Amino acid sequence: MHPESARLRLKTWLCAVLVVLSNVAGNFFLKRGMTADLSSPLEYIAVLFRPWVAAGVLLLILWMLARMALLSWADLSYVLPVTAIGYVLVALEGVWFLGERITTRRWTGIALIVAGVALVGGATEPQTVPRSRA
Amino acid sequence: MKWLLIAISVAATAAGEVLQALGMRHHGEIRDFRPGALGRALAVLARNRFVIGSVAAMAVSFFSFLKLLSIAELSFAVPATAITYVLETLLARYVLKEHVNWLRWAGASLVICGVILVSV
Repeated sequence: MHPESARLRLKTWLCAVLVVLSNVAGNFFLKRGMTADLSSPLEYIAVLFRPWVAAGVLLLILWMLARMALLSWADLSYVLPVTAIGYVLVALEGVWFLGERITTRRWTGIALIVAGVALVGGATEPQTVPRSRA
Repeated sequence: MKWLLIAISVAATAAGEVLQALGMRHHGEIRDFRPGALGRALAVLARNRFVIGSVAAMAVSFFSFLKLLSIAELSFAVPATAITYVLETLLARYVLKEHVNWLRWAGASLVICGVILVSV
């Protein structure tokens, strides 16, 4: 493999892992800290100061920034399918933390997502359109 | 109401993510990951029209999805919004001019089917 292409691939994988983990963890923290009955606008603001919610919001800001960095060199049609592995982590999170059972249908879905991620991530280059250097 | 919210959410998500990709491409590859350099990049990006537009569109997408969740089940909302994968791959091909080969189309299709099966 060409060294430039190997460098880009490694950088892409590291950043994609950060994008996926910050999103899954951020949403999980938000869910933990959020209560169902938010009625007044003031409560929406107050909820931001709960530790779980605050941590979730910070992680989602990190997610946004990591995704922007990733898109500064990788194609959108590459980033989209590859970061969909997050759906699989969310399903597994339900099993590990909430004791949910995974049905055959959901296992099939997980297998399809993993296959899609492997196909795009393993067999196509992250970048097909040359970028300017910043 | 449900379908209107899905339409708004899907359109806003697609617009936000394509604008984000456009803005970041305009900016160029981020190579320096030291905190000072990242801060400077962020200051430049905050004045990037595409990035500003993408943040606005993503805010619309976020709140319309929250509203959707208040009237529909998650198992309805998530598969319904999986249509963004089709829309965004098309936009990546025709607006961002990416070379979407058959492997990427196949991968995106597998992901869409998988997302629907996992969340229904």
